[in-house]
Amino acid sequence: MSEKKKKQRVSPAEVLRNNTVPLMFIVICAICIPLSGFSPSYLFNEIVTRIGRNTFLILSLLIPIMAGMGLNFGMTLGAMAGEIGLILVCDWQIVGIPAMVLAVIISLPIAVLLGWFCGTILNMAKGREMITSYIMSFFMNGIYQLVVLYMMGSIIPIRHSNIKLPRGYGIRNTVSLLRMRQKLDKLIPLKIFGADIPVMTFIIIALLCFFIIWFRKTKLGQDMRAVGQDMEVAKDAGINVERTRIISIVISTILADIGMVIYLQNMGNFATYSSHSQIGMFCIAALLVGGASVDRASIGNVFLGVTLFHMMFIVAPAAGAKITGDSMIGEYFRVFASYAVITIALVMYETKKRRARSATGQQLALEQQREQEAA
Amino acid sequence: MENVGAPLLELKNIKKDFFGNQVLMDINLTVHEGEVIGLVGENGAGKSTLMKIVFGADVIRETGGYGGDIVLNGEKVIFNTPFDALNAGIGMVHQEFSLIPGFSTTENILLNREPQKKNVIAEVFGQRMSTLDRAEMNQKADEAIAKLGIRIDTDMLIKDMPVGHKQFTEIARELSKENIKLLILDEPTAVLTEKEAEILLEAIRGMAQRGIAVIFITHRLQEILNICNRVVIMRDGCLVQDVKAAETSEAEITKAMVGRNVVKGEKDAIRNFDSGESREILQVKRLWVDMPGETVRDVSFDVKEGEILGIGGLAGQGKLGIPNGIMGLYEAGGTVIFDGKEIPLNNPRRCLDASIAFVSEDRRGVGLLLDEALGWNIAFPAMQIQEKFLRRYLGGLIKWRDEKAIEDVTNKYIEELAIKCTGTKQKAKELSGGNQQKICLAKAFALEPRLLFVSEPTRGIDVGAKALVLSALKRFNRESGTTVVMISSELEELRSTCDRIAIVSGGKIAKIISAETSSEVFGALMVSQVR
Repeated sequence: MSEKKKKQRVSPAEVLRNNTVPLMFIVICAICIPLSGFSPSYLFNEIVTRIGRNTFLILSLLIPIMAGMGLNFGMTLGAMAGEIGLILVCDWQIVGIPAMVLAVIISLPIAVLLGWFCGTILNMAKGREMITSYIMSFFMNGIYQLVVLYMMGSIIPIRHSNIKLPRGYGIRNTVSLLRMRQKLDKLIPLKIFGADIPVMTFIIIALLCFFIIWFRKTKLGQDMRAVGQDMEVAKDAGINVERTRIISIVISTILADIGMVIYLQNMGNFATYSSHSQIGMFCIAALLVGGASVDRASIGNVFLGVTLFHMMFIVAPAAGAKITGDSMIGEYFRVFASYAVITIALVMYETKKRRARSATGQQLALEQQREQEAA
Repeated sequence: MENVGAPLLELKNIKKDFFGNQVLMDINLTVHEGEVIGLVGENGAGKSTLMKIVFGADVIRETGGYGGDIVLNGEKVIFNTPFDALNAGIGMVHQEFSLIPGFSTTENILLNREPQKKNVIAEVFGQRMSTLDRAEMNQKADEAIAKLGIRIDTDMLIKDMPVGHKQFTEIARELSKENIKLLILDEPTAVLTEKEAEILLEAIRGMAQRGIAVIFITHRLQEILNICNRVVIMRDGCLVQDVKAAETSEAEITKAMVGRNVVKGEKDAIRNFDSGESREILQVKRLWVDMPGETVRDVSFDVKEGEILGIGGLAGQGKLGIPNGIMGLYEAGGTVIFDGKEIPLNNPRRCLDASIAFVSEDRRGVGLLLDEALGWNIAFPAMQIQEKFLRRYLGGLIKWRDEKAIEDVTNKYIEELAIKCTGTKQKAKELSGGNQQKICLAKAFALEPRLLFVSEPTRGIDVGAKALVLSALKRFNRESGTTVVMISSELEELRSTCDRIAIVSGGKIAKIISAETSSEVFGALMVSQVR
C-alpha cells in the first residue's frame, strides 16, 4: 500500500506545473481588472451573460476527450448544422422559442450525418484525431459555403430578400436573429445585483451537466473511457472500438449543434461565413484555460475556463486601451491569446508524456541505488 | 452434451506453418479436468504458437489456419476468434498485460462484462445506455479475487499498482468468467516476486481442485515440479516429452529442452582472452536500460579486445536492452568506458564517433533505408559519421558523394558476403530477409569499427544464410581485429561463434562462461533467478 501513498503525495511544484495555463490567466485577469476600470457589477453582468452563452458549446467537447479522441475541432461541423437550421427558420419567419426548437429539429439530422462522417474519417486516422478533425473543419467549411452561398435561393427555396444576397441566391454576410434574440435567456426573468440572469439557459446547461455525469456511469460511457485509455485492450475485451468512437463524435456534434443555437440566440445575429470557424477555436481555448488537457477534462474545467477566458476578453481591450491608447490592441490580444493557449496546452501535453517516460528510467536507477545501499 | 469421462481438451496432430516455415509438427496433447500441465521449451520451440491455436488468436487465421483437430469435451471445435474460445470456457492470460491503466481493479476484472441496471433511456436507445451496477460489480470482483486466495485493493487504479497485483488482476478477470474450464497462463510468474509467485502457485492448486484445468507456461522449472501433474516439453516445433512431474527432475527437463542436434558450422578453436596480455576495450558498470519488455537492471561486464562475446538468454530477459542501451536508442544509466574514455549514454552519435557500430535486431525499422539502393544503404553511415566516400571541392566547402567509391565498396561486400541481388542500384526492400541482414552487416563493416554490437543477426533467416552470416562475422573479427559483441536467442549459434558467453536472466547477467561449457549448464543459467 505504500505505493499508493507515494502517488498521492504531490509536490507544490507539480501542482504549479499541472495548472500553468489557468494560473497564467488568473494573473493576467488580476492585472487587467484594475487597469480596465470596470465596475464589479458591470463585470458580473457581462460574465453571467457570457457563461450562459458559451458553456453549452464547451461542454460538447467533453465526450470525445473521454473517448481518447482529443480536442474535437470537428465541433465546427455541429455549429454549421445549427446555423443552417437557423437560416431556414429565419426565412420561414418563425419567432421566439419555437424558432429555436425548430432550428434544432431541422439541424439535428444534419449534425448526426456530419458527426457520423467525421467519426468514420477519424477512425481511419487513429492517433492523429486532432489535426484530422481540424483540417476536416476547413473541408466542411467549403461544403457549407457551397450550400449557403450557391444552393440557398437557387435549389433550397429562400423567400425573404432580407437574408438573401441581392443577386438572387446565396445568404447575406450577416443574418439577423432579432426575433429570437435572448428569448431563451429571458424566458424566466430574474435580476441579481442589477444583472440579468439567463435562468432558462442555466437550467439547460445544468441538465446537460447532469446528463454528462450520468452518461459516465452508463455502459457506453464506461466503454468510451476504456477505448480512450487503450484501444487494443478494449478491443480484446470485445468492445466495438470503432463504433464507440463514432458515437462519441456524433454526440459531440449534436451537442455543438444545440450549443450553437443557444449561443446565437444570445448574440442576436451571426456572421454567416465565419462565426462557426471562430467558435471552435474559442471553445477549445476556453476549455484549455480551465486546466483541461488533451486527454482529461471535467465539467469543473469548463466552468473555470469559460469564466477566466471571458474575463480576459472583457477586460483586456479596456486595459489595452488604457495602456496604449489603442483599443485594437485588446482585440488583437484575444485572438493571439486563444492560439497561444492552444499551442501551450499541446506542447505541455507532449512534454508531460515525455517526462512520464523518463520517469520509469529514473525508477530503475533508483531501485538499483537502493539495492546497492542495502548490500 | 458432455461426454462423461472424455478428456476436457484433446489436441490431435496439430500442425502449423508460417508461409512454408514449419513451426509445429504433429502435436498431440490431452488435458483432463482439474489437471495442471507445465509447458516448457526454449524460445521459438512453438509454445506460444500452440497456445494461440488453442485460444483462436487472429494471427493464426490470418496466416492460413492450422492443421489437425481441437476436440473439446469430445466434440471437434473450430475457434475463429478468441471470443469463440472464451465462450467455450477457455481463458488465457498473456505475457503482456491486457489492462486499462486508468481503471480500478474491479473495472478491469469486469471489463465489458459489467452488470447493468436497466433504465428508461436504455429501453429507447439500447443496452449500452443502461447504467453500471457498481455494487454488484464490486461483489463479483471480490468473489473472483477470493477465488485466487489473495487480497487486492479493488478500488486501486491499475497504473498505481505493483506489477504483481496487475498479474493477479488479469487472472482474477479470467476466473470471474463463470464458464471457465481451461486457463492458459503464459509466464505468469515472470514478473512476480518469490512470495507472490508462491501465492499464485497456491491459487493454481485451488483452481485445479475446483476442476479447472490449467496450462502453465514458465521458465522456472522448480515451479513446474511443484505444482504440475504433467510436464510437456517442446523443442523445435515438436512435442519431445510428456511425462508425469513426479517422474522427472529439473536436470532432465533442461536436457530435453536444449539437447538438440544442430548441424554445427566449422568451429574454430575457442580463444582464451583471460591471460594478462589482452586488455579490456569496453567496460560496462552498473548499467540500467529502460527498454520496454527488455529491461536491464544493474549489469556490469567487460569486453576484451579482439574477442567475440556472446550475450544469450530467453526472450524478454533483457539481453536486447544491453546493446540498445549502450548505443543510446533507449534511455539508460550507468557507466560505459570504451578504450579508457567514458562514453556518455543516451547519445547515439557519441558512440558512433568513438568507433562503436551496432547492427540492430530491428533491421527493417532501424537498420535499413528500405526505399534506397544497396550502395546508399552500405555507404550511408560511413558517409555521415566518418565522411568517407565523399569528394571535397573548394577546400571542403562543398562535399559531393563519390559514386565510384560507393559502387566499389558495395560490389566488394556483395561479393564477400554473397549477397543475392541484381546490382548496387537495387532497393533494399526488394531483398530477402537473409540478404537484408547481410546488407546490415556490410553497412557496419564499412564503418570499420573497433567494436561491433550485433543483435540477433540470424533472426528470421534460413539455415544457409545463417551459416554465411556467422562465418562473415567471424572472419571480420579475425581479419580486421574488430571486437564483436553478439546478442542472440539461439544458444547453439552463440556457442559456435563466440569465445565467451554471458547469459542474461531477469535483466541481470547470470554468469559469463566459456563457450565450451556444456549446453546443460547454459540451460540451467537461462532459467536461473539472479538476485
